[in-house]
Amino acid sequence: MLTIKNLHASVEEGAEILKGLNLEVKAGEVHAIMGPNGSGKSTLASVLAGKDGYEVTEGSVDFEGIDLLDLDAEDRAKEGLFLAFQYPVEIPGVSNVNFLRTAMNEIREYRKEDKLSAKEFLAKVKVASNLVELDDKLASRAVNVGFSGGEKKRNEIFQMAMLEPKLAILDETDSGLDIDALRIVSEGVNKLRSKNNAIILITHYQRLLEYIKPDFVHVLNDGKIIKTGNKDLALELEEKGYDWINEEIAK
Amino acid sequence: MSDTYTEEDLAKNLEQEEYKYGFTSDFKSDKAPNGLNEDIIRFISSKKEEPLWLLEKRLQAYRAWKTMTEPEWAHVHYTKPDFQAISYYSAPQQTKKYESWDDVDPEMKETMKKLGISMDEQQRLTGTAVDFVVDSVSVATSFKKKLGELGIIFCSFSEAVENHPELVKKYMGSVVPESDNFYAALNSAVFTDGSFCYIPKGVRCPMELSTYFRINEGGTGQFERTLVIADKGSYVSYLEGCTAPMRDENQLHAAVVELIALDDAEIKYSTVQNWYPGNKEGLGGIYNFVTKRGLCERNAKISWTQVETGSAVTWKYPSCILKGDNSVGEFYSVAVTNHFQQADTGSKMTHLGKNTSSTIISKGISAGQSQNTYRGLVQIHPGADNARNRSECDSLLLSDRSGAHTFPYIECKNSSARIEHEATTSKIGEDQIFYCQQRGINQEKAIGLIVNGYCKEVLNNMPMEFAVEAQKLLEISLENSVG
Repeated sequence: MLTIKNLHASVEEGAEILKGLNLEVKAGEVHAIMGPNGSGKSTLASVLAGKDGYEVTEGSVDFEGIDLLDLDAEDRAKEGLFLAFQYPVEIPGVSNVNFLRTAMNEIREYRKEDKLSAKEFLAKVKVASNLVELDDKLASRAVNVGFSGGEKKRNEIFQMAMLEPKLAILDETDSGLDIDALRIVSEGVNKLRSKNNAIILITHYQRLLEYIKPDFVHVLNDGKIIKTGNKDLALELEEKGYDWINEEIAK
Repeated sequence: MSDTYTEEDLAKNLEQEEYKYGFTSDFKSDKAPNGLNEDIIRFISSKKEEPLWLLEKRLQAYRAWKTMTEPEWAHVHYTKPDFQAISYYSAPQQTKKYESWDDVDPEMKETMKKLGISMDEQQRLTGTAVDFVVDSVSVATSFKKKLGELGIIFCSFSEAVENHPELVKKYMGSVVPESDNFYAALNSAVFTDGSFCYIPKGVRCPMELSTYFRINEGGTGQFERTLVIADKGSYVSYLEGCTAPMRDENQLHAAVVELIALDDAEIKYSTVQNWYPGNKEGLGGIYNFVTKRGLCERNAKISWTQVETGSAVTWKYPSCILKGDNSVGEFYSVAVTNHFQQADTGSKMTHLGKNTSSTIISKGISAGQSQNTYRGLVQIHPGADNARNRSECDSLLLSDRSGAHTFPYIECKNSSARIEHEATTSKIGEDQIFYCQQRGINQEKAIGLIVNGYCKEVLNNMPMEFAVEAQKLLEISLENSVG
């Protein structure tokens, strides 16, 4: 589904952050990307989603046979790439449902599908909001305005459930969540897993991976993936930190 | 002649009737020479066959105007008009602005299409339709009949002078006196026509009154005059303007709007203003210098709502004089400026009565290299016990080269007053736009969405259909505006 080859990216007119990253994600898989602060985790998410302010200097990203880096941010979304934001953005005066309806209609138009009827749309809202135990009232409130930290994260997964992406990148979705919210969000994500989609989890903590079981765990350090393993690697990281990997590589 | 009376026959009849009532070729050629003096004013007054008292009012206004100077305190820059180079009177004509539909500016067609204006309406607005669209005449007729049954008067200002002189004489100039300000004085001296509306005691006007339905509408005048009187306990919602782009060869527009809400009455006045703003380089465009003011008697309420996207230079402060106890004034405004537009707009709330309250919600949006200014005055007079005001002035910048300015003045002479003022300035968030894009919404749609959300409080205050059109208008005005 996603093949990243030798990806180099830097902040516009600034330092290089990704320094030759390789990653292969197949349909049905869940990949966790862990790494110390400043290793390039969020930059990877931003570059894949097409955020302004980054420059790809080398390498390629193939998404379902398309050159992802060639597309505008909105077209990447329309092709089925979803980013759950680490810090979801507030849009005052625009209701969550209006926002999502606009987004879904844009995506459906791009895919040459008919617009959803109001009835179909509302039925979907109901299912998706139940999935993450999101209060109905939040669906009609302005996007993320006055939401608690946990509600904002749940709202991201709610949107993911509505948009049904092929590839979802969850950027530190677990940060700032209490145990109950973490469980709700994780269960929501698990229900959305299927053999047709894939998920990349960016996280600092092993804790999330107890709920969402990854097929692969990658360690990102200084802009490169330096080690790949299964979920046991995450436990090891939790126990020993990151330094031992560097030492191991040095040997 | 065939047995059936077709729409074509009706149109032909109407055309002939119109002729009968004086649109003769003679009349058409009537145009005052350029310049302004007492003779010109006498000429206008006699052409309009006005009573003497109205001529006297005009002359008074003119004499006051002569002693005044054009105000310079507004945060706008433009070349002052040469008032002696303008012709102040030309007879109303059924002119076609364009010879045929093919001649209409394609950009304008595109805009109207985006606004969802019907083909008939598009042709009417561009003046390319047959002179009489049967539909609109019949709608207007039945509309007028219904209003007549309730005793509501809704007509052109000239008709009101002719048929209801006692009302015009009593109220005209009672809220905006002839000598109020430079442009109001000019308007009072040379106005040619406008709208008049009277709602009798206790009557709730059952529909939104819109100038669109007024029969004998002769296009927007350069010096328009509007007078709305809501008698005791009555209610009216009045819509002014049009979302379609209005082009006009007159560069200077100086209108006066007076609202009078007697005891327990309520007037809701909504405006969408989309006059030609000039081109992308800042050339051309309308100067819009308007005086709008309402007077509230006891328990009365006046609510101004405006969405302003047009004009090259705007100078406009819809205001309320809260004279009666417990009266309420409201001002909800969205002012959008793009390219080289300049707007200096806001409101004045004058609290005279006890327990009076006012609300000002102003949303300024500046794009391109435009300048957008909020200017407001809240005045609490000594007798206005327990007066309350809440003002909220927000500015949103869409570009690095645009400007937002806020000048809120507060004068309080009563210690029991409560006044709240809040002001914010923000730049449209790149993170907000990216968030939308990441959900599949392109940049232009995202800006539209964000701006409409930002203006929601004001748009919510407009009649539904008007609000929908205003929303689309905001999106169109801001196309390609982020930079």
